Amino acid sequence: MNAVAGLITPQKGRIEIAGRAVFDAGQGLNIPPHQRGIGYVFQDPRLFPHMSVQRNLNYGRRPARSFEIDANLIVDILGLEKLLDRRPDTLSGGEKQRVAIARALLSNPDLLLLDEPLAALDRARKLEILSYLERLRDELRLPMLYVSHSVPELARLATDIVVMDAGKLVACGPASDLLSDPSLVPQLGLAAAGASVLARSTAQSEDGLSTLNTSAGQLFLPRIEAPLGSRVRVRILAQDVMISVQKPEQISALNILPCHIISLRPGDGPGMIVELNSGNDRLLARITARSAKRLCLQPDLACYAIVKTLSIRPAEVAI
Amino acid sequence: MPLFGLAPTEWQAVQLSLLVAFWASLLSLPLAVLVAYALARWQFWGRQLLNICVHLPLILPPVVTGYVLLLVFGQTAPVGRFLNDTFGIVLAFRWTGAVLAAAVMAFPLMMRAIRLAIEAVDPKLEQAATTLGAGPIRVFLTITVPMMAPGLVAGVVLAFAKAMGEFGATITFVANIPGQTQTLPSAIYAFLQVPGGMLLRFGFWSCLFLSLFLRWRCPNGWRGALCMAQANDAFFRSQSFRRRFQSCAQISGSQRR
Repeated sequence: MNAVAGLITPQKGRIEIAGRAVFDAGQGLNIPPHQRGIGYVFQDPRLFPHMSVQRNLNYGRRPARSFEIDANLIVDILGLEKLLDRRPDTLSGGEKQRVAIARALLSNPDLLLLDEPLAALDRARKLEILSYLERLRDELRLPMLYVSHSVPELARLATDIVVMDAGKLVACGPASDLLSDPSLVPQLGLAAAGASVLARSTAQSEDGLSTLNTSAGQLFLPRIEAPLGSRVRVRILAQDVMISVQKPEQISALNILPCHIISLRPGDGPGMIVELNSGNDRLLARITARSAKRLCLQPDLACYAIVKTLSIRPAEVAI
Repeated sequence: MPLFGLAPTEWQAVQLSLLVAFWASLLSLPLAVLVAYALARWQFWGRQLLNICVHLPLILPPVVTGYVLLLVFGQTAPVGRFLNDTFGIVLAFRWTGAVLAAAVMAFPLMMRAIRLAIEAVDPKLEQAATTLGAGPIRVFLTITVPMMAPGLVAGVVLAFAKAMGEFGATITFVANIPGQTQTLPSAIYAFLQVPGGMLLRFGFWSCLFLSLFLRWRCPNGWRGALCMAQANDAFFRSQSFRRRFQSCAQISGSQRR
């Protein structure tokens, strides 16, 4: 991140932003950070204490290059109208981070760098700012380079993911593929292993459930505030998925999706990751190796994936 | 006509001291900021050497510093001759020389205070400003300077106080010419030669004046403690002056008797 921003100089390599080379060790090219056209949101807000919020926001104003960003839209999206005349030391952590994001955006960058911007915030603030960032991604269509150790954040925000381990590149590709790739489970973490399913919102019922249509069938989950007919991305964690060889009757779970087994990958302990194909989507299920043996699971076997309705959390739904 | 009990010649000394201290603080400020920034932020060959050189006026006896100034800026010395021929500036035995002597003596104090202030500015804020598109000069003017401003003022006040009380280098470099180079401390020294009560009166008023001036410049609650410490320091210096002169006056008085 710091190399892309120009804050540190790599020994070799080449960095291009929006097709324009900003660093090339071979040619001796090194454009300083203030000329690279990037905006950087650090882990700590780094607001200038001797300026009001309004002056902080206006600090980076420079002529727009690729994207013209409307100041009022940013202030509106991030909810900053009431904070404009205050001093940074009177703001809460979440407010400071929102101001920092707005300040980076208002400098009209070609690329926005975010280095774990939500790490220092509590859960409620995290969810709040995450939805702001989703709106920014969708409404501004600004490219963002987002560093995070939290897979749920990535699952909500990312379109492409680059996985790094011990300073080396492990994998890079579309988010939906990488997040449901069982071979990346060691890097992404077992608890976070899961798949993203694309769905369309079809109904809201009075008993507090929403209905989504996926390529494999209907998915029920706790009520989400999505307009009917809108596309939704739902993350289903592997540990919330059960496998049944026969279609279960008289079971409390509402989500029973027919699927085929693609692969089975044993883990280090008693568990095993089973990759399933349901319709056009991939699902991951984490079951014990003993159960897999007992049910004689093997690739190409037709079976059913069972997901508890209430295990799909609101944080896992991207609208 | 005496004013506040001080004769016109004594007022002349006060005025000259103020003038010299003002110009000394003002002229050494840009260089002090530059040197402080270089020592605080940059890594370069000779950094420690620069640090030592800047602190020399603080550790060397003031008369030695004055002598060095005489060797370099005196009328027959190389730099002194160059300044005279090219710009018509004469430093030896003029109030301009007193300004130089006071500036050189006060420089380390000013530089130290400013360096502390610069080191207190968080470099992460400067980094953030860079990523927002501000070049190095803009970062310095809009982020570093406003945040180190209180320390800067403290440095200037410190230098002013030191310049007001500067004696050894001044009297060595530019002697003790009334109206030209007879600053407050030099005047006190001159009056010492004449036994009488003028000294006490003069010393008292000058110390009071200096303390009040510093108190006015630094109201409580705004680096007040630092400023009061400097005012006390200047007062004590003139106090020790007075004590020394008192004992000398006693000796000369007893000799007369």
